[in-house]
Amino acid sequence: MIAELGHAALWLATALAVLQMVGGALGLRNGNEAIVALTRPAAVVQAFLATLSFLLLLYAFAITDLSIKLVATNSHSMKPFIYKLTGTWGNHEGSMLLWVAVLALSGGLLAGLERRLPEKTMSATLSVQGFVALGFYSFLLLSSNPFERLPVPAGEGSGLNPLLQDIGLAIHPPTLYIGYVGLSVAFSLCMGALITRQVTPDFAKVMRPWVLAAWVFLTFGITAGSYWAYYELGWGGWWFWDPVENASLMPWLAATALLHSVSVLAARDALRTWTIMLGVLAFSMSMLGTFLVRSGVITSVHAFAVDPERGSFILALLGLYIGGALVIFAMRAGYIAEGKRFTATSREGALVFNNVMLSAILAIVLLGTLYPVFTEVFDVRVSVGPPYFNPASAIFAIPMFMVMAVGPLLRWKDDKPARIQFEVLLLASIAITVIALVAFFGSYDILPLLGLAFAAALGVASLLPLRGRKLSRVPTATWGMVMAHFGVAVALFGMASESAFTSERLAAVSSGGQEQVGEWTIELQSVDPIAGPNWTAIEARIIATRGDGDGVLLTPQARNFWAPTQATSESALLTTWDGQLYAVIGDQAGVDANGNPRWQLRVWWKPFVTFIWYGGLMIAFGGILSIIGRLQVDLKRRSVTKRGNQRREDAAALAGGTAPEPAE
Amino acid sequence: MKAKHQRMTLVVLALIAVVAAGLIAAWALRSQANYFYLPEQMAAEPPEVGQAVRLGGMVAADSIKTAEDGITVSFLVTGNTDDMIPVTYSGILPDLFVEGSGVVAEGSLQADGTFLATNLLAKHDENYVPKELEGLEGHKASEEYAETVAGMS
Repeated sequence: MIAELGHAALWLATALAVLQMVGGALGLRNGNEAIVALTRPAAVVQAFLATLSFLLLLYAFAITDLSIKLVATNSHSMKPFIYKLTGTWGNHEGSMLLWVAVLALSGGLLAGLERRLPEKTMSATLSVQGFVALGFYSFLLLSSNPFERLPVPAGEGSGLNPLLQDIGLAIHPPTLYIGYVGLSVAFSLCMGALITRQVTPDFAKVMRPWVLAAWVFLTFGITAGSYWAYYELGWGGWWFWDPVENASLMPWLAATALLHSVSVLAARDALRTWTIMLGVLAFSMSMLGTFLVRSGVITSVHAFAVDPERGSFILALLGLYIGGALVIFAMRAGYIAEGKRFTATSREGALVFNNVMLSAILAIVLLGTLYPVFTEVFDVRVSVGPPYFNPASAIFAIPMFMVMAVGPLLRWKDDKPARIQFEVLLLASIAITVIALVAFFGSYDILPLLGLAFAAALGVASLLPLRGRKLSRVPTATWGMVMAHFGVAVALFGMASESAFTSERLAAVSSGGQEQVGEWTIELQSVDPIAGPNWTAIEARIIATRGDGDGVLLTPQARNFWAPTQATSESALLTTWDGQLYAVIGDQAGVDANGNPRWQLRVWWKPFVTFIWYGGLMIAFGGILSIIGRLQVDLKRRSVTKRGNQRREDAAALAGGTAPEPAE
Repeated sequence: MKAKHQRMTLVVLALIAVVAAGLIAAWALRSQANYFYLPEQMAAEPPEVGQAVRLGGMVAADSIKTAEDGITVSFLVTGNTDDMIPVTYSGILPDLFVEGSGVVAEGSLQADGTFLATNLLAKHDENYVPKELEGLEGHKASEEYAETVAGMS
């Protein structure tokens, strides 16, 4: 019954999406007002139905309803409860259902809450949003129905990939999806404004929180994903330039550019067409990301669901939406009135420069990710890795970081470079000092070296906008920018430090054996078999000691899951303020001279590696501060206008000699 | 500067940057084209000694040997032909690394003709077969998976 209810709710939601699409379009043409009036409620009810459908699937997973095919193929009655729940989106169908539920929810929020847009622009926006939603509902219902029943209920489920049985993977996909889907709202808003030629600062103010929110979730999702790959895969790395990672990085790059350009449009009424273009680009990238992950066209160590038919469906949607958007853009771009002008040496100028650099990095990542797909057409197998991505993206990242440091110090519209001479000299000398210091203590690769220098300079630079201001008076949104930019410096420092200073020890050790890694001494005490709810494992007890300090116990495991049969490494991490000790246990490696078993042990000391993710969290938190700041300003403005209107009404009433109507 | 000119300047600037990015990418990708090798390619046209490349293939049956130190592993990688490339790797083997399965090794060719791997990429999902290895007899993993889920649909 549950499955049928969920399925029916999806079909109803689809019908409402059609209504929303048609009603919104009619709103542009002064058509049937009754239908136009239904578009907002349609979006709200649709949000309710799609969410209901997702909750029903969640419930089916919670009770392990093995008569549903999806549950049978992706769950197991023995699985820990939390992973029964997260298993709901640990597969293709479930994650696509989550995707449409988030899409419908954000559409419902937009329709229910947004009152500032001109009525026609809102109609056009809702129509586009309905159109986008319709595409994804059809995708789900026609090619990936999550509620499909088995003719005969399965006796037992086949389990969830053990690598997904981790809290990191429980949080990571939903946050990324919310980010992707938030960009769809930005896309619909851009299309709406473009269709009605209302690309104004007011429109930008409506769009900004959506872009900010999507960007916050993307940032958080990428950070969480990176940390998950780092500790769960047992490779000790935090970024692999894997196509699936790139699929989330590309929309983030576009969203970062969009975020800055929409701020310029809202505050300074410039960059109108550019903002719309980025809005289209950002959504294209989130669609492309979905396509890359879901289609199996690319080689990836973490491509999960692989199905050519689904790939073609998403590719068709991608072509339809982006092609359509570009046609509308080409038809309307000429009508968008000119924005305000600015010089190259202004805050706008710096933002434009960084927008262009971000776009260039996006192009580098995009080409590197798609290149293997193209060569495959000619039957040439290629894989593109860090030797391409690192230097090619650094070429554009370096000038970007430089301008990022000074941009916020410049004035809007027009500024004299001479005015910030002192700051530029200060930052340059910090960077040079760091390079000199690091080079003095040992020679390192050029990229980590530059990374450390930029991190130091950027860290100071991001605080400079606060200089000479009364801190309690600084607007919350400015705190957001300071926090986010400082977060970039922190993350950069973590990345560079990890690349430059990591020390590693790999050895076969028997009980009682000691090894040295960095400043740490590690001693293997014992290796014992242990058992979990759906796995067995061997667990090593390792005592790590730093200098004369107390020993700390680390217990890395090598697990064997039995449904499905798979082995995973559970790394053990010891986090200190200045880095992380990372230990992995491998297989038994023969016996030592005394006949005792030896075990493969790999230990890394990674100085300041945690700063990578602290930085990511700070960037996301900066975005949240920014949203709060904007909302504060909006609320204040709204209450001021309300009071003003009230006063005007009262005055008019007095002047006209009639008493104001008593409030109901 | 007139407003229209400013817009043109912006567009031109953006175009230049993106085209530059494209050219840099194209140039860098050309040198990456010989980044991935199948065993037969490596046997026929070996990369330069020490150059960072990837070698992809199947781990030959009965070829995995562990050295005295307990952490250095050597094995043979085969492709579509009889060519075999000996690989040595020091480290903990990936969880899904077994004989007869696909593997992508990152590393470089040594002067003695062995491939020194610094990193082994094995799959991270039982459905996954490296795309580069399609056409090899290596679909065992996915076939096995298909068998375990058969009868459920």
